[in-house]
Amino acid sequence: MYYIDLGVTGLSFGCMYAMMAVGLTLVYGLLRILHVAHAAVFALGAYATVLVANASGSVGLGFLAAVAVTPLFGMAVYRLLYEPLLNYRADVPMIASVGLLVLMQDAFRIAFGEQGVTFRNNRFAFTTFDLAGVRVNAVQIAIMACAVVVFIGLHLFTTRTRVGIGWRATVSRPKIATSFGVDVVKVRYMNFAIGSALAALAGGLVGLLDNLVDPMIGYVVSYKALAIIVLGGLGSVRGTLIASLALGMVESYGTIFMGQWLNRDAIAFLALIALLMIRPQGFTGTRTV
Amino acid sequence: MSAYDVSLLSVIGLNVMLAVSLNMISGFCGQVSLGHGAFYGAGAYAAALTMIASASVALSLFMGTIVGALLGLVVGFASLRVRSDFLAVTTIGVNFLFTGFVRKQSWLGGEMGISGIPGSGFSSAGNMVMILIFAALTIAVSFYISRSWMGFAFRAVSQDEDAAATLGINSGAYKLAAFGIGTALAGLAGGLYAFFTQFITADTFDFILSVMLMAMVVIGGIGSTAGVVVAAVALTLLPEAIRFVNDYRLLVFGGLLVLVIRIAPGGLADLARRLLMREAKA
Repeated sequence: MYYIDLGVTGLSFGCMYAMMAVGLTLVYGLLRILHVAHAAVFALGAYATVLVANASGSVGLGFLAAVAVTPLFGMAVYRLLYEPLLNYRADVPMIASVGLLVLMQDAFRIAFGEQGVTFRNNRFAFTTFDLAGVRVNAVQIAIMACAVVVFIGLHLFTTRTRVGIGWRATVSRPKIATSFGVDVVKVRYMNFAIGSALAALAGGLVGLLDNLVDPMIGYVVSYKALAIIVLGGLGSVRGTLIASLALGMVESYGTIFMGQWLNRDAIAFLALIALLMIRPQGFTGTRTV
Repeated sequence: MSAYDVSLLSVIGLNVMLAVSLNMISGFCGQVSLGHGAFYGAGAYAAALTMIASASVALSLFMGTIVGALLGLVVGFASLRVRSDFLAVTTIGVNFLFTGFVRKQSWLGGEMGISGIPGSGFSSAGNMVMILIFAALTIAVSFYISRSWMGFAFRAVSQDEDAAATLGINSGAYKLAAFGIGTALAGLAGGLYAFFTQFITADTFDFILSVMLMAMVVIGGIGSTAGVVVAAVALTLLPEAIRFVNDYRLLVFGGLLVLVIRIAPGGLADLARRLLMREAKA
């Protein structure tokens, strides 16, 4: 039963990673920028959730606020930070992005304290269900359910609607998409809006799971998310989904078998490097030279 | 000179060594590395262990250099397989792997690090002079490489690997050379650091340091040795200069990083070049 528990933990972490990373991989697909500050969006979402939830007494309202605020922030980051830097080498916007992450993390610390903020009324984190001997936390179920809804929604949006198809077209062939009348700049804004909302959702859920939102909440997730999108083949949503779930599992079981040699993050990156040496283009990416 | 000045100058010297050596890999040869801290750390640990075992300063610095270079060559081989952003993330992984590994090893001091490393026998001012001499040598090597045939080959690989191949440049060999030289210098800096502090922990060599070094390269102007030196000195002094904002240091630092890149995306070297051009025109 212990191993099944680990599997559930790995799966829920994988679902969380997937929601966080999908925005990141799409930003890369569109702009070829490693959007490190996505972690700040994640943290902003977590803070918005906990602050509004505590003020209003409703966790649902907290999530609503997070999903409403972060898209605006994401779009502002694109307009003010990335757009003027698009013609420079990819490491230039990336360093700017790291600067923004440092700034935001410290801003959260100054505004809301080093210790972080806890939910005043969080019955979800302490509610567990017993499914045939396997203990599952209510928030873990919520994470998995959210991920399923989000990815089915994304799939339908990008295959069934005109706007969604234009989005996919822009990610894979921007020039041809333009000649078919797709407004590339609008697609970029939409991309940042949707990606940020999903990261915020993931951030709020992690805050709920740990019952704590502190300034470092985005830190490790951010670099792991970079590993995930690389494993997924940079720019591929399907690849990112697979890589997220795989990484959640590898971490979960890896800590049991390799915990005495390496910590959790190192295991994740070991898996990344090992896989990249075998498949330099990631799980699903096609080899481009 | 106060003890504070001596230690500040030592840190500046070390950061110049690290930024200039990273510039050889990422600037000259175009191989983005976000794991430079790992090579620095490997050099520091190798030097510390050698010093404890042998008590020879020269041998310790040599071992630091060798271990840094060996690890660098391993990552260099990875750079032959993965390109650009894939390489950037691989090197991030190398950094996390290094700190994660060291933290769990009791023979490397684990979380506590290695303390009580025997001193180099010099005073702290003597240590500083040693660091500054090596920093000056690193800068000299960087200028020399930049003007040599090897520097030309590095730039060719950086700009267009396929075109470089048609000129008969073996891009793989030059990438390995860039990684080997750059990481050897980082390892040497690590050895110097071990003598400077006589106490090392994994936290010193974390990913944040690697990002800081990359920020020095980018702000200095990718590929420009002089620009990178200026940026390394400035970015080391900056946190000291804004000490008066004390509690808001990281906030101000992050903000300035964003601001500088927004104003001068091509780095200080590019900014200086443009200012000079304007002078010439006027």
